Amino acid sequence: MRQQSTSTMSVARAIATKDLRIEWRSKVLVNQVLPFAGIVMVLFAFALDNDGILQRVAPGLVWLAVLFSSLIIVQRTFAIESADNALDAIKVAGVSPAGVFLGKSVALVVQLLLFECVLVLLSLVLYQVHLSWGGAVLLVTVSFLANIGIAAMGALYGGLGAAAKGRETLLPLLLLPAVAPVLIAATRATESAFGVSGATLGEGWPWAALLAVFGALFGFGGTLAFGVLTEE
Amino acid sequence: MNSIHPFPSPVDTPTGTRASRGLGIVVFLGMVFLTLLGLFFTDEDVVQGSTVRLMYIHVPTAWVAYLAFIVTAVTSAMYMWGKQHSLTFDRIAGASAEVGVIFMGLCLVTGSLWGRITWGTYWQWDPRLTTTAFLFVTYVGYLAVRDLGGSHHQRAKRSGVVALLAVLEIPLVHFSVVLWRSLHQEASVLQPNGDVTMDGLMLFSLLFGVAVFTLLFAWMVLHRQRVLALADAIEDGGLETALQERRNEAN
Repeated sequence: MRQQSTSTMSVARAIATKDLRIEWRSKVLVNQVLPFAGIVMVLFAFALDNDGILQRVAPGLVWLAVLFSSLIIVQRTFAIESADNALDAIKVAGVSPAGVFLGKSVALVVQLLLFECVLVLLSLVLYQVHLSWGGAVLLVTVSFLANIGIAAMGALYGGLGAAAKGRETLLPLLLLPAVAPVLIAATRATESAFGVSGATLGEGWPWAALLAVFGALFGFGGTLAFGVLTEE
Repeated sequence: MNSIHPFPSPVDTPTGTRASRGLGIVVFLGMVFLTLLGLFFTDEDVVQGSTVRLMYIHVPTAWVAYLAFIVTAVTSAMYMWGKQHSLTFDRIAGASAEVGVIFMGLCLVTGSLWGRITWGTYWQWDPRLTTTAFLFVTYVGYLAVRDLGGSHHQRAKRSGVVALLAVLEIPLVHFSVVLWRSLHQEASVLQPNGDVTMDGLMLFSLLFGVAVFTLLFAWMVLHRQRVLALADAIEDGGLETALQERRNEAN
């Protein structure tokens, strides 16, 4: 059993490095998904068509764009596994499912962070919001904590879809309701960071703490559940 | 009952037993009496008039939906941690969730209609309503997971985990929506059942409705669970039949 616990972390590290290396080399996320997120931000502006409103709802739009992108990123992260039946090979190899889950989640957290950097920058330019240094610190913390929750749920339900082959369409139905609390908390915290809707910087930190609780719960639940959900 | 008979048909394996038929008759008579109570015997409300009659359906549907989701969670846990890993528990969980989704849908519809008349709007972003809508979507997802295919035990394990995760998700959703609304509190409109002291017959009708709907739930789950068992048996038997046909072809 001791062997198992040490290998869980090494499996997680191996999976995370592998996933990130594949993305780094294939550039699919950067060349295809990131432009999609950018288009979504522009389309929001077309749909709302008012500078005042845009500024006020910018935090929510950023996080909606993150959630939509996360659906594609999660699908992509499991598509690279199912291409050569790699998920089956991993199972046959007797690798710890918790390790696979943690590795996938870590890789997702890193990819989502990249997206959030770009989306926040876009919102500064397109929606004319302002970000102070204090706000930036809050925003980075919030992004990181929110990503843990989104990535954990994404890896869990993405794994479920991949294990039941060809049923990836189920992902949005399962993932979006689950991460709704993250959307609420992250949007409120980002309002504070941007200083819109009369929110002050200090009001944002309790939301960040709430995101940490969500992240811990989802991470814990996902680690326990992943093995059962992806079992053949 | 599962594997003894490879070709169950509705004719030789009915889902009704004497007990369930008796329950069905009790439910039917109860529904008739509830209808009479709700539409004719009870008085109009001083403030809401006849619209208060919606309460005799709306409250029981909400109760049944929540009860159904609790039953799903408990029976899923019983499957997961029971020594036998009995598929009966899984089927009860599935049947209960199906009934729960239907009643939650009915609850949302009757609630919107009632809200339209008393609040002047079909929907309010109030924590209770929002959480209810989330519950509905979450259990639609649960039913989709049950439909993923694979072996019966695979289905039971997957959906069991999703049911238990839903139990984790729902309080989080509710809590975060409460926090969200606390920032955006709107002027509160007339709240149904706020300070209304309820007339004796109205209270009786309401409680009677809850009791009859609970029996209806039991009756539906009982039958649905048996139908699911038959469907599982047909699936198991289907493979045997196909193999037998191939063997016969070869001979």
